[in-house]
Amino acid sequence: MKIMIVGCGKVGTALTEQLSKENHDITVVDVDASLVHRVSNTYDVLGIIGNGASYSILAEADIVNTELLIAVTAFDELNLLCCVIAKKAGNCQTIARIKNPIYNQELDFLKKELGLSMIINQDFASAMEISRLLRFPTAIEIDTFVKGRVELLKFRIPQNSVLHNISLKTLFSSFRCDVLVCAVERLGEVVIPTGDFTLMEKDLVSIIATPENASAFFKKIGIITNQVKSTLIVGGSPTAYYLAKILITTGIHVKIIERDQKRCEELCALLPQAVIIHGDGTDQTLLTEERIDFMESFVALTGIDEENIMMSLYAINYVKSKVVTKINRPNFDTIIKKLDLDSVVNPRNITSEHILQYVRARQNTFGSNVETLYKLIDGRVEALEFHIHKESEMINIPLEHLKIKKDFLIAAIGRKGKILIPNGQDVLLADDTVIVVTTYSGLQDIKNIISR
Amino acid sequence: MNFSIILYILGWVLNFEAFFLLLPSSVSLIYKEKEGLAYFLVALLCGILGFIITRKKPANTLFFAKEGFVTVSLSWIVLSLFGALPFVISSEIPSYLDALFEITSGFTTTGSSILKDVEAMSHCGLFWRSFSHWIGGMGVLVFILAVLPLTGGNNIYLVRAESPGPAVDKLVPRIRTSAMILYKIYIFLTVLLIIIFLIFKMPVFDAFCIAFGTAGTGGFAIKNSSLASYSAAIRNTTTIFMILFGINFNMYYLILCKRFHQAFKMEEVKAYLLIILGAIIIVVIDIRSYFPGFFETLSHAAFQVGSIITTTGYSSTDFNLWPNLSKTTLVILIFIGACAGSTGGGMKVSRVLILFKTIGKELFTVAHPRSVKKVKIDGHLIEHEVVRGVNVYMGSYIFIFALSVLLVSINEFDLVTTFTAVATTFNNVGPGLELVGPIGNFSQFSAFSKCVLIFDMLAGRLELFPVLLLFTPSTWKRI
Repeated sequence: MKIMIVGCGKVGTALTEQLSKENHDITVVDVDASLVHRVSNTYDVLGIIGNGASYSILAEADIVNTELLIAVTAFDELNLLCCVIAKKAGNCQTIARIKNPIYNQELDFLKKELGLSMIINQDFASAMEISRLLRFPTAIEIDTFVKGRVELLKFRIPQNSVLHNISLKTLFSSFRCDVLVCAVERLGEVVIPTGDFTLMEKDLVSIIATPENASAFFKKIGIITNQVKSTLIVGGSPTAYYLAKILITTGIHVKIIERDQKRCEELCALLPQAVIIHGDGTDQTLLTEERIDFMESFVALTGIDEENIMMSLYAINYVKSKVVTKINRPNFDTIIKKLDLDSVVNPRNITSEHILQYVRARQNTFGSNVETLYKLIDGRVEALEFHIHKESEMINIPLEHLKIKKDFLIAAIGRKGKILIPNGQDVLLADDTVIVVTTYSGLQDIKNIISR
Repeated sequence: MNFSIILYILGWVLNFEAFFLLLPSSVSLIYKEKEGLAYFLVALLCGILGFIITRKKPANTLFFAKEGFVTVSLSWIVLSLFGALPFVISSEIPSYLDALFEITSGFTTTGSSILKDVEAMSHCGLFWRSFSHWIGGMGVLVFILAVLPLTGGNNIYLVRAESPGPAVDKLVPRIRTSAMILYKIYIFLTVLLIIIFLIFKMPVFDAFCIAFGTAGTGGFAIKNSSLASYSAAIRNTTTIFMILFGINFNMYYLILCKRFHQAFKMEEVKAYLLIILGAIIIVVIDIRSYFPGFFETLSHAAFQVGSIITTTGYSSTDFNLWPNLSKTTLVILIFIGACAGSTGGGMKVSRVLILFKTIGKELFTVAHPRSVKKVKIDGHLIEHEVVRGVNVYMGSYIFIFALSVLLVSINEFDLVTTFTAVATTFNNVGPGLELVGPIGNFSQFSAFSKCVLIFDMLAGRLELFPVLLLFTPSTWKRI
């Protein structure tokens, strides 16, 4: 697919990296020559220096043959203008990034009237992600499939858990729960487990289940899954505003600590139900005064990564169930992982993941029949959603008789609005939706998972 | 410095050289020449070496600007070192240094020869000389990139080091597609030229060899008198195609995309054509008494101007006998060279253009000291980095040139010979004046001078920096 990315900041670079790896033809546009040079020297893409909202620059970048334009500059208005002009000049699909909360309330109108395919609000998307983590504090990561009816949860098996030394074959008989272990990360190795696989302490396990089954399962293995009742947010950024708004509607008590007096007053006006504290979040006396030890969760959302990390490391000792840390800078991922920070949220990755999902789905409408594609565990595992056609050869054969290749797993079947976690006797029917988990990348068709 | 990935790419260069060498061997089958065996043996040697090296892709594929530059210059050196072997094995050129001079002159599309009698060479030898022009014209690594996916996204560094011009732009997002487009245009124009030659009743073998020399802007002819013995129609066809191959290939791509407006607005191409026109007018007036009739004068003048500015180096007549004004004009053209992004050599019209505009800008700043002015080409701002690059290029160019003239003058030839010998090899043209004129050759130089000239040819073709980097100690340090 021919894609144009306007803006070579953090998100633009992350998108360029991933999309050029996935074999799309990419043109990047930015006013800053040094940024364009850096990107076009590192990745196999075409760089154009200039304002992406200018018609002549877009024409030079061959907008006529472009299929998708992604505007991710730092300015909302520029992004919108860029999309509108591109739409008129080349009739391509457009995605814009919007930050300003004022526009956020008008997203549907903007999308419809300006003909945009997708608007992504980085702060709102981050807030959504954090709120999901707070509602389900055991999980480190949560993804959803089949329009939210299936969840993929990643969690770490605690010490002395009942899951220690249990083989997957006996998992169902021991717990009577419809969950499926689809990937296990142990000592940096990722495996798609078979029935003989035995779980160990400290494994990072990804399971697929319906939301109800997942909470039942966690209850049975003795992990608290109740959503948190209170949260302390440090830093009054737009993300904090969105997060507080979401949490308040679900009845969670929110306390926000912000350094800037003016911002405190703004937040106070916007969020009447939240407690706004004017002070420095890195001040431990203040945290103690605000009874951090009674809080169930802690979210570090200041603009400075180092402060967020330090505060979270401190908070982990007091907070009962969940600590979330926002980290902006993309580098040092591996080191941050070693810090034992509980959940880490990277707004840049969230934005680029959302856009990537859109691009993959778009591409799949022609070519392959993948409905959605998720990259899990640092991109080492893929979960793909397929639609089963009437003519498929796999229909009406019990799964245990299908010769499925190693490292492929049929993780869930969606049928008439219900979700099945399949066992060997289940069969596939026409119009089913199937989720396949694999460590291979580039699976194009469901029939390729069968060995011949 | 990642030596393993450099070695791996050099292995692929050897594989491709093995493939290229099979062509002269098959030519020898047609003409039943025993020299073909030498080409086949060297092809086998390159193939085996290449196979061993490329069997396993190195684990460390980190590749940056430094690796790119070093890989490109080493590739050209390896290519020449192995390409010279068949001449020695078939004992057509007994001395290895002479053979190396000849094939380096071929790959760098120079066209300077040490052969006293070209017509005594076998068909496969002549074919290999001319074919090396064709490969060298667009660049061997560009060819490799077009055919197989090598490293990751960083192979832009390879193209940048190999392609001529102050700033290299891709045509399309993917480097592989860009390289393919370039080679498609290149192959199309070459085939077109061969067909026109055949229509004008040129012998098939001659048509191929001369077309390769024209396309790569090389200049190896297969007759002692270069192109003098062919008909006027063939001469004029060659003139037009030489000039076409000296044009920035981006223009052809823009035309292919039907972006005519952009294509015909390219300042560099305009300047290039204007220089050609001016030079032709000067030469025509100057040599009016040398040929019977205006059209023959024009034909020869245009041929020689086109041949020199595109750095091809064919000759239709012995221009060494022309009056001084014409000769001086041609020597100046040697330095200007063709457009960036073409197959030609020299300093490149775009660099000259940027230098001129910078001079204009500086003069303006003297008059208005507080003025802010930027250099623009095609309506685009030329970044300071590029202007600086051109200035540094100019400085190193003059320095290397002066040093080479000094070293070659140890031979005690006259100044014109020495000066034009260095100029013509450094700018990849081919013939110079006096002893190295169109009917002369380079065999009388000492071994040392030949080494200097081989270096000049490589440095000129790769535009100095990749080759100079080989002599910089910090390049070879691991950290």
